Amino acid sequence: MTTPEATAATAAPAVRASGLRFDYGERCALDDVGFEIASGSAHGFLGPNGSGKSTLFRLLSTLVSLQAGDVQMLGLDLRTQSAAIRRRIGVVFQSPAVDQKLTVTENLRYAGALLGLAGQELRSRMDEVLAATRLQDRARDLVGELSGGLRRRVEIGKCLLGRPEIVLLDEASTGLDPVARAEMWEVLRAQDGLTVLFTTHLMDEAGEADQLTLLDEGRIIAAGTPDELVRDVGGQVLEIEGDDLPALLESVRDRVAGSAQLVDSVLRLEGDNVPQLVPEIMQQHGQGIRRLQLSHPSLHDVFLHKTGKRFVVTASDESAGKKKRRRR
Amino acid sequence: MMMRATIALWHREIVRFLRDRSRLTGSLLQPVIFWVLFSGALHGSFKPGGVDYGQYFFVGTLAMITLFTAIFSTITVIEDRKEGFLQGVLVSPVPRSAIALGKILGGATLGLGLAVLFLLLAPFAGVSLGFTTVLATLGVLALLAVAVTGMGFALAWVMDSTAGYHGIMMLVFMPMLLLSGAFFPMEQAHAALSWVRFVNPMTYGVGALRHVVQGEVAGVPSLTVCLLGTTIFALLMFALGTWVATRRSVRNAT
Repeated sequence: MTTPEATAATAAPAVRASGLRFDYGERCALDDVGFEIASGSAHGFLGPNGSGKSTLFRLLSTLVSLQAGDVQMLGLDLRTQSAAIRRRIGVVFQSPAVDQKLTVTENLRYAGALLGLAGQELRSRMDEVLAATRLQDRARDLVGELSGGLRRRVEIGKCLLGRPEIVLLDEASTGLDPVARAEMWEVLRAQDGLTVLFTTHLMDEAGEADQLTLLDEGRIIAAGTPDELVRDVGGQVLEIEGDDLPALLESVRDRVAGSAQLVDSVLRLEGDNVPQLVPEIMQQHGQGIRRLQLSHPSLHDVFLHKTGKRFVVTASDESAGKKKRRRR
Repeated sequence: MMMRATIALWHREIVRFLRDRSRLTGSLLQPVIFWVLFSGALHGSFKPGGVDYGQYFFVGTLAMITLFTAIFSTITVIEDRKEGFLQGVLVSPVPRSAIALGKILGGATLGLGLAVLFLLLAPFAGVSLGFTTVLATLGVLALLAVAVTGMGFALAWVMDSTAGYHGIMMLVFMPMLLLSGAFFPMEQAHAALSWVRFVNPMTYGVGALRHVVQGEVAGVPSLTVCLLGTTIFALLMFALGTWVATRRSVRNAT
């Protein structure tokens, strides 16, 4: 039977943050960030390099201390109860936190010891985790001999060993191929009632989120479900590359239902009526157009819509995980 | 929980060491080669206090083993941070003092273990060791190993690169070893250097080892002073290592 108190506790958000600010010296990494994350949901933080998502992750994972603002995780205060919070969360970093010179089993055993598990309890949890991550056949293999996807599963297994209520993933799928990424999410989705917080710069992974928060330059620029965010852009998006785009912009600006702007030498028109403008644009400016693309808005468009700049994924973002592995 | 975590981290140090064949081979052979070459080369020309140099340097080699093992085991702190393993430990519920404890005891155990293996060569150095002498030697070696591993841990914790750590090793650890009386007696050293031996904590560790292995030795502080100095050195370095690990900083989070 569920008591009213238990119901209230279940209904309470898993994470509630307000007024977060974090500075590295004179550089502000987070500025007045606040959000609520429902229990049992997957919440993504999407942003380019320097948007503040990694700093936010470090704060929530208790790696660095709060400078300003408040965070409640599972009803516990991050500032004063970080040790208690660590017992109830699992963390997966972008760079592998597994020991490649040890076997899968040894990695899990050491991780269990750090959680205070021992004896039959530890063995039983390890068996469960190996089954959940489908690593039973590789349990005795050295982690250094596993593929990137399998290593990530070991990380997830370590993270789930203590039956966490919240899992924090920092760009955890960077460097993984789509199949390995899907497998990682399959394992996480199978955990009943688990709240997942993840940071990512990958648009397709951001689609895994029930709720998404977009960050840019340390500030929240948009929040909602991925569908809501995309709907907010509205209609369709027409992108045009070619000659004399400023003149084209001037000629259509007044008739575009949504926004019309030049971004990085690309003319972007947003709105419900942009498909109807295509014949006229082709008739009047067809000679100078090199590319014309009509599409439904994506999260890329949401970012662009909110910030006026493209969501650029740098090579360092994409290869960070791979480089760290190659260094070994 | 703290004890389990400490044991786990200590065990990891041992397992990683035994699996790293090049490190294992180097750690086992390097002190033997040093001892054979130095004692062979200086055999006829250098008899500190009338003692054969092979015997004299045998004690120095024991100190060298604990120091070098501490250096190479604590350098893994920097590797652990770079590889992300340390972050995983830092967000676990264990107190950070358990991390320091596991690492320092792991490195000290390795140093002690390698020194024990080297002790098996005592008959070849003309050093006779009774049961009591072996126990006393192990006690001093344990103190010295904790001291130098704690010092190495504290330095490694605040450093970002293994290259930088090697630089500090040459700047701090090597002079400490050279001026400790491990390679040559310091009592006849130049006046500008002679005071250094008294402030060099390794002097007391090496001195204590000389007392228990060779008996009374001229020019070395008394056994009581040496034991006291080594114990204080061990306690201070252990406390320093634990203290630096318990400070939360942005650097360890990256």
